[in-house]
Amino acid sequence: MTGNAPGLPIARATGATRHQQIAFLVMAAFFILAPAVIYPVFLMKLMCFALFACAFNLLIGYVGLLSFGHAMFFGMAGYATAHSAKVWGFTPELAILFGTASASVLGVLVGLLAIRRLGIYFAMITLALAQMVFFFCLQAPFTGGEDGIQAVPRGKLFGLFDLSDAKAMYPFVLAIFLGGFLLIYRIVHSPFGQVLKAIRENESRAVSLGYDVDRYKLLAFVLSATLAGLAGGTKSLVFQLASLTDVHWTMSGEVVLMSLVGGLGTIFGPVVGAAVIITMQNYLAQLGAWVTVVQGIVFVVCVLAFRRGIIGEIAHAIKKPL
Amino acid sequence: MDIFGIPTQALFGQLLIGLINGSFYALLSLGLAVIFGLLNIINFTHGAQYMLGAFVAYLLLNKLGIGYWWALLLAPIIVGVTGVVIERLMLSKLYKLDHLYGLLLTFGLALIIQGVFRNEYGSAGQPYPMPEQLSGGRNLGFMFLPNYRAWVIVASLVICLGTWYVIEKTKLGAYLRAATENPQLVQAFGINVPRMITLTYGFGVGLAGLAGVMAAPIYQVSPQMGADLIIVVFAVVVIGGMGSIMGAIITGFGLGIIEGLTKVFYPEASNTVIFIIMAIVLLIRPAGLFGTQK
Repeated sequence: MTGNAPGLPIARATGATRHQQIAFLVMAAFFILAPAVIYPVFLMKLMCFALFACAFNLLIGYVGLLSFGHAMFFGMAGYATAHSAKVWGFTPELAILFGTASASVLGVLVGLLAIRRLGIYFAMITLALAQMVFFFCLQAPFTGGEDGIQAVPRGKLFGLFDLSDAKAMYPFVLAIFLGGFLLIYRIVHSPFGQVLKAIRENESRAVSLGYDVDRYKLLAFVLSATLAGLAGGTKSLVFQLASLTDVHWTMSGEVVLMSLVGGLGTIFGPVVGAAVIITMQNYLAQLGAWVTVVQGIVFVVCVLAFRRGIIGEIAHAIKKPL
Repeated sequence: MDIFGIPTQALFGQLLIGLINGSFYALLSLGLAVIFGLLNIINFTHGAQYMLGAFVAYLLLNKLGIGYWWALLLAPIIVGVTGVVIERLMLSKLYKLDHLYGLLLTFGLALIIQGVFRNEYGSAGQPYPMPEQLSGGRNLGFMFLPNYRAWVIVASLVICLGTWYVIEKTKLGAYLRAATENPQLVQAFGINVPRMITLTYGFGVGLAGLAGVMAAPIYQVSPQMGADLIIVVFAVVVIGGMGSIMGAIITGFGLGIIEGLTKVFYPEASNTVIFIIMAIVLLIRPAGLFGTQK
């Protein structure tokens, strides 16, 4: 976690913004040009997970709440999107909207319970509630149990553009990813985001300054859940599949790992972390269960020796927040 | 004979399974509570260490021909020693940091341990034979009670109450409680607090290993046996609150029984009932039934 006090002086903040603008342009340029050389479906997967990790990081990095159950929003939105697109015949933008909205509703319910405790308890409560959602998905009729919802139609965007063509799907996913990313950037740098950081640094002080801390925390939790849902819904259309993998606790662990590797509390860290972990999974896929072992080792190494993460280290070296 | 339209045989059968599960919940949440009290970390590796206990017993039997009763003694020691190594090499580096790093580290360790065993033994379970002395069972008139299951319940009750006695009523326990309150002060009185922390972690982990050995003949020995269990135990810990040792024991057994009864009356909810209770407890008493809000 960056130990920066909230409310940076304005001069430094604008300087920092220019750095972040350059980094954003580099990232956007990468995702616009990359499909020429890298398999587009892989890139779309990466963007979905990057958005998921950014949403998770909003909570741990800027409010200091470690959710160990974010897979429930990711996976639940995936199911809702897939179901509405396949069974109800929603167009893709409506299906994703529906999926995202269901993640928000779930976020309100879980958030109301989870923000009653702090720190380690918060992590355990989110994990336990996510496990409950997992069992619900395992038993509920609309999720298809072990099979999941398969062959989800991508449909036509606004009834016009056929998304089964990767050339149309890619810009759609890119727009969602960049839109979600900018929204998170905006949230973090808004007065609301500053209050969140104040709560993270010293909750009692925020209370004594007259802020309704619980309301801020709940809103941050719901925003994070919603954006995780946006990522999950989009992923289910990319892969045309919603399955139990996306609601399982291992997925919650993976998103923690992505943010940790990239750098907790950095804007770009989760994107880099997602890229590292997804690439690693891709190359190690044939090794089976060793992937889990490698992920575990990455966890241990990061916690013991590399707590700032990749982007955190770079930001520390150039002394500018990224 | 029926109670609420449920045959007594089925009712008592599920009640027994509930008590068995409750024994393991109690043993595991007790270990978590003891570790949390002194180290202030939640040991995510606990489920993996429970699995490790079962596998040590399995390997002792199949590689060295050492049976159940010796395994009951040796496996917890072996698992406890690995815990001491983990504490010395890794956890001790994290005490000055945010407690969440301890959670992340132990989560990573759990992934490593479970992954290694899954590579070696696959996901399927290995059978572990019941000790001869405890095979068979007795007819209590209203139900059939297998001896081994009776043994598990009695043994875990004895271990739980023994641990409670040591911590609450002996001098050693007094040191431990004092170090939980104020480690600097206890250190100043000449007590080696870092060593106490190490041994406490070893003991808590050893309890998980012991639970693993006792579970081996009932459930199959499989690499994933602890992974889902630990999440339920976390919920148990949230319900009980981690402030009290006795609280962990009572909640563990109590929730096992409630889970068993749910299997009789409303089987669809048996997987989720503990999580639902957790949600209700959080609404009514956020600190947990036996906890104190800090």
